[in-house]
Formats: sequence, C-alpha cells, structure tokens
Amino acid sequence: MSRPIYTIAVTGLNAIDSPGPGVAVIRGLREAASFDVRIIGLAYESLEPGIYMHDLVDITYLIPYPTAGADALLERLLYINSHEKLDIIIPNFDAELYSFMKLEAKLRDSGIHMFLPTFQQFEERHKVNLSTFGKKYGIDVPEGIAVSDSSEIHKHADKLDFPMMIKGKWYDAYVAYNIEQARTYFNKIAAKWGLPVILQKFVHGTEYNVTGLGDGEGNVIAAVPMRKQFITDKGKAWAGISIDDKKLLELTTRFVSATKWRGGFELEMMKSGDGKYFLMEINPRIPAWVYLAVGVGQNIPEALALLALGQKPEPYKTFDVGKLFIRYSWDMIVDRSEFENFSVKGEL
Amino acid sequence: MKINHNLAVSESGFLFNPGTGESFTVNPIGAEIIAMLRNGKSRTEIIDSITQLYQVDRNSFEKDLQDFNGILKTYNLLEKDE
Repeated sequence: MSRPIYTIAVTGLNAIDSPGPGVAVIRGLREAASFDVRIIGLAYESLEPGIYMHDLVDITYLIPYPTAGADALLERLLYINSHEKLDIIIPNFDAELYSFMKLEAKLRDSGIHMFLPTFQQFEERHKVNLSTFGKKYGIDVPEGIAVSDSSEIHKHADKLDFPMMIKGKWYDAYVAYNIEQARTYFNKIAAKWGLPVILQKFVHGTEYNVTGLGDGEGNVIAAVPMRKQFITDKGKAWAGISIDDKKLLELTTRFVSATKWRGGFELEMMKSGDGKYFLMEINPRIPAWVYLAVGVGQNIPEALALLALGQKPEPYKTFDVGKLFIRYSWDMIVDRSEFENFSVKGEL
Repeated sequence: MKINHNLAVSESGFLFNPGTGESFTVNPIGAEIIAMLRNGKSRTEIIDSITQLYQVDRNSFEKDLQDFNGILKTYNLLEKDE
C-alpha cells in the first residue's frame, strides 16, 4: 500500500552551536513510518545551514522576521503555499510561535495545518509567569521575579541570594555571583532581548530534560527524559542519554494533563542534591535534541504531524533507555551561486 | 550491602544507572565485588571469597570493602535502605 506524501514546512534550520530544532525535526519526518514527506524549509537568514542540506530539505524560502508582524508573515506563507501546496507547518522557534499562533485559523482556511499550544498555555508557561504556573499546578519552580530596571536587583538580592540566575524573556541565561555581575548581565540581556529580565533563585544540581507531545486533551502522546552529558558554554546539551526516571515521567504526565498541553514541548528540570526536581523552564516547542527521542523509538515530529492533520496517533508507551545522542559539527562546501540564489531570490 | 537492582553492569566493569543516566567504571576487583553483590552474597561471603582468591589480609580488605561501600552509597548505587 502506498503511503501518503505530505508537504511539510519547517523552520529552525540554523543547525549552529546553539541549534534550532529544524534539522532534527526534518530527520524525524523523513523517518516517519506512516507517511512520506516533501520538506519545505523556512529560513530567516541566508546562512542557516539547513538551507543547503539538499538531502533533507527539498526547497527553502526566506521568511520575514517576527518583528515584521504577522501580516508580512501571512503574505509570504500564502505565496509559498501557492507554489508548494503546504499540508503542515512546524514552527520551531519560541520567538516566532506567537505570530504562527495568530495565523493558525487563517492558514487552516488555506489548507495548512499546525499543532500549536493555545495562547493561554503559551503565556502561562512563559518564563515571566513560571512562578505562578508552578503554584497553580503544584510543580516546584525556583522562585523568580521579573524586573524591568536594574536598580530592582538590589531589592530582591536578599530574598534570592547569590549566585542568582539572570534570564532573558526569550533566550540567554547567566549565573551572577554578585550584584555587579547581576547588573552587567541584566544590561546585556535587556539590550538583546528586551524587558523584563527574570531573576531566578539558583538551584545546584544536575540538568535533566524531557521532550514530549501533548494531544491537547490532557493525554501524553510521547515523552522521553534525557540527562545532559556534555553542556556547551551556552548551556546547550551537546551529548545526552535517555533515562528511565519514573519521577520525571510522572511530572510530565501531571504537566500535560493539568494544562491539556497541545503540541510539542521541552521541560527543563534541575535535580537538586536531595533528589527533588525543580522545573526551570517550559519550552513550547520541540527541542533541538528531539532526534534522540526518534532514535529511542518515539517519533515526536511524525506524531505531531499526524495530530496537525486531525488524526489520533497511538501514544508511545516505551523507549530505549541508555542511548546517547552525541552532536557534531560538519563543514559543508557550498557553491557561491547557491548562496547568491538564496540571498537574492529568497528561494533555493 | 545490596546493589541497586536497576543498575546495568557489564563484564568490563562499566556501570550504568538507567534512572539517573550516570555511568561509572570500576577496576576488575570492583567488578568482581559488584557481581557478588548482584548474586546476593553477604559482606562476610565477599570477604571470604576475595581473601581466599587474592593475597590480601582480612583486616586490610575489610577496610577497603568499607571504603568501597561508602563510594557506592555516595553515588546512589546501593538500594535505598542501605
């Protein structure tokens, strides 16, 4: 029996040192058991490596940055759709999700499906609101305060103590060991990602992450916990191992059923010395290390695509424990004409 | 001394704790002791066995075994009630 072929557009092709999830998502989609794919890359910059990975991406289009607004994005997506007849879009950046969520209904009218968190879910889990989120759902979260002025740091220093985490609302996090460092990081982050900046109590421990998928009705479709084995200076996992931690899986189930989470997610957890888990962040999208989940038996990108199309994939119940992912970098040799084509025409 | 029953132990002395993702390596004697613990051998049985097999006096080995026990405990490789 021939399998259906879906045309799926994917963002996050920046497979760099702090990688976007796009390339890993595409690898999952290419290995899907239930369908074949035609992959349309959506890129913001002409040097995103995924654009030039022709064995993974069939054609890539340049799309406008989120700052250009949802209308500009819609116009471009409709243009791309007129050429490619998209079935699904999988956005993979936190910063672009809001625009895509706003466009979900309009894109559906054009036959393009997505499977994204709701506005409430997206806002509630935001770093700025994480403390309230933890209290509401009974999940331990390190105390955090959103501040808009560096003079406020002093006010909260006694309560949060040093070292203290200084986090941007979208990306970036630094450990500050004194008030001067805290102010420096505040200014650095505010200049790059805007206000507010989050001050968070530092938790000593080991980092664990879970990637998963919720069906929007409170059911966990997939969940794979991972321990970071090697962390880059940007705090990204460069190697990790799948683990069988019942506590982490229970926490994930609680998170999905309480919030009725819709879509892919990543829970960033810290396990303190006394074995207690603290939820550090919820990323409302598939993480860059998702190919580990695919490799251990849970093809999250495939299941997400099926959910987007209104199908009900069987929840994954098992996965291989003790499998590692080890990331590596790879130099591609690209002809200048390809770079030129994408830079000038916005298509390759 | 009761070894964590989830622990994956290979003959080469590589230990993997699937619950935490931590891995360790032990030397051949360590691997032998862990194998005996997995087979349910008591502390006395392990001491008897090792002192019969190798040239080590009982007092020294008892002390070494105590140290080894402490290390296993530190890394949560023993059952919780240990």
